[in-house]
Amino acid sequence: MATPNMNTQASEEQIVYAKILEKGMFTGLALMVITFVLYVFRIVPPMIPRYEIANYWRMPVKEYLEAINNNYLHLAHPPTGWAWIYLINKGDFLNFIPIAILSGITIMCYLVIVPTLLRKKDTAYVVMCLAEAAILTLAASGLLTAGGH
Amino acid sequence: MSKKMLSMVAGMHAALGGALLLNPVWALASETAAAVPMVPATDTTAWWVWPVVLLGVTFVMGIIAVLGGVGGGVLFVPIISGFFPFHLDFVRGTGLLVALCGALAAGPGLLKLNLASLRLAIPVALIASTCAIVGAMIGLALPTNIVQTLLGVTILGIVVIMFTAKKSTVPDVKQADALSTALRITGIYTEGSTGETINWKIHRTPLGLALFIIIGVMAGMFGLGAGWANVPVLNLLMGAPLKISVATSKFLLSVTDTSAAWIYLNKGCVIPMMVAPSLVGIMLGSFVGVRLLKVAKPTFIRWMVIGILLFAGLKALQKGLGIKFF
Repeated sequence: MATPNMNTQASEEQIVYAKILEKGMFTGLALMVITFVLYVFRIVPPMIPRYEIANYWRMPVKEYLEAINNNYLHLAHPPTGWAWIYLINKGDFLNFIPIAILSGITIMCYLVIVPTLLRKKDTAYVVMCLAEAAILTLAASGLLTAGGH
Repeated sequence: MSKKMLSMVAGMHAALGGALLLNPVWALASETAAAVPMVPATDTTAWWVWPVVLLGVTFVMGIIAVLGGVGGGVLFVPIISGFFPFHLDFVRGTGLLVALCGALAAGPGLLKLNLASLRLAIPVALIASTCAIVGAMIGLALPTNIVQTLLGVTILGIVVIMFTAKKSTVPDVKQADALSTALRITGIYTEGSTGETINWKIHRTPLGLALFIIIGVMAGMFGLGAGWANVPVLNLLMGAPLKISVATSKFLLSVTDTSAAWIYLNKGCVIPMMVAPSLVGIMLGSFVGVRLLKVAKPTFIRWMVIGILLFAGLKALQKGLGIKFF
């Protein structure tokens, strides 16, 4: 069993976690700026024209998805879940890549510290980290659906 | 770094392959979908106006959120839903991403400084993030006016908590409880203002963890961060020092809001033209806020946050109930 961290310095796993979080955050932020510039300056043309988007963001999400699908996307179903991956050649949907990185980096952080915790024989925290990673992955999967209104 | 990120994204996509294959959206059927075009109401404002305003407003929110010990989402959702033309669904989705990214920006620095405690955050985050998923699913299933009304009530409740709750710089914890002892949730940090080395421990851990069930549900349901609730529970109830509580709360949001954000993202409640300016603004603001945290006197910021939330809470109630206060 590991001994408590009785040191003013952060523990090894905390530093590892922080470094991965920092890299993911900077990568996501940098890509966010790049993809948004590509979008707003029409370097990569969007699926939904920029001047039109303001007409849609007042709608409830269900109506919004149906409207953009009917008017622009023409998919069998409105684009929910990971549908955006198949539309990343369009400037607006390209922006979902950094959003996914920023939303997903925490899963990576939890998995990366597991070996350190295992080495310290910190079983309770290993279990909690793996459980957290599983829950976040389930949330990210799109398998959990909510009712519309 | 880029190779690591690419492999991470590839791994995540592989893990989610099953979900992708199950999604029927890939079957293109333009002839059926294009049959009935939907024409939205026309907005005459230039398309770039609201994104630019969002960038400025969220930059200020990022600074205030760190200094006030609240998540960016708790400011973002009531203010943006009250005074901007966006539907509450997109505001909540963006609000969660805003709170998440404010926490991502502040988290690494707080962890490295040993102000945020990973050991304290992990069990709390496990409960709060699970319940945030449930909250997000409930919030997306309820009618908008009900969510807006409940949001107003919640924001006003937050005002009351912020107005009445005392804070204890270093709470007196006589003895750590059995659970926190078993999990070895303890630590040492140096208080910058006095140079004193503080050996901290916590108590009432089971009750504290139980309260994070409610906090998680509310964070997910309204798209709020939960610093307003995290800090009092960690500090006053569980007995963590104030600075440890504020920093751990901020870091905690990076986990809690991740789970709910994915639900909103997968539901389609994300519009890049809203999200990108908001995220860039809040992250840049958080960088500045963390650097000010060691020297700032938070009293003025706290009163300002209370005032803003009071106004925004009444505005949310007004919209939810369809009545006019002002």
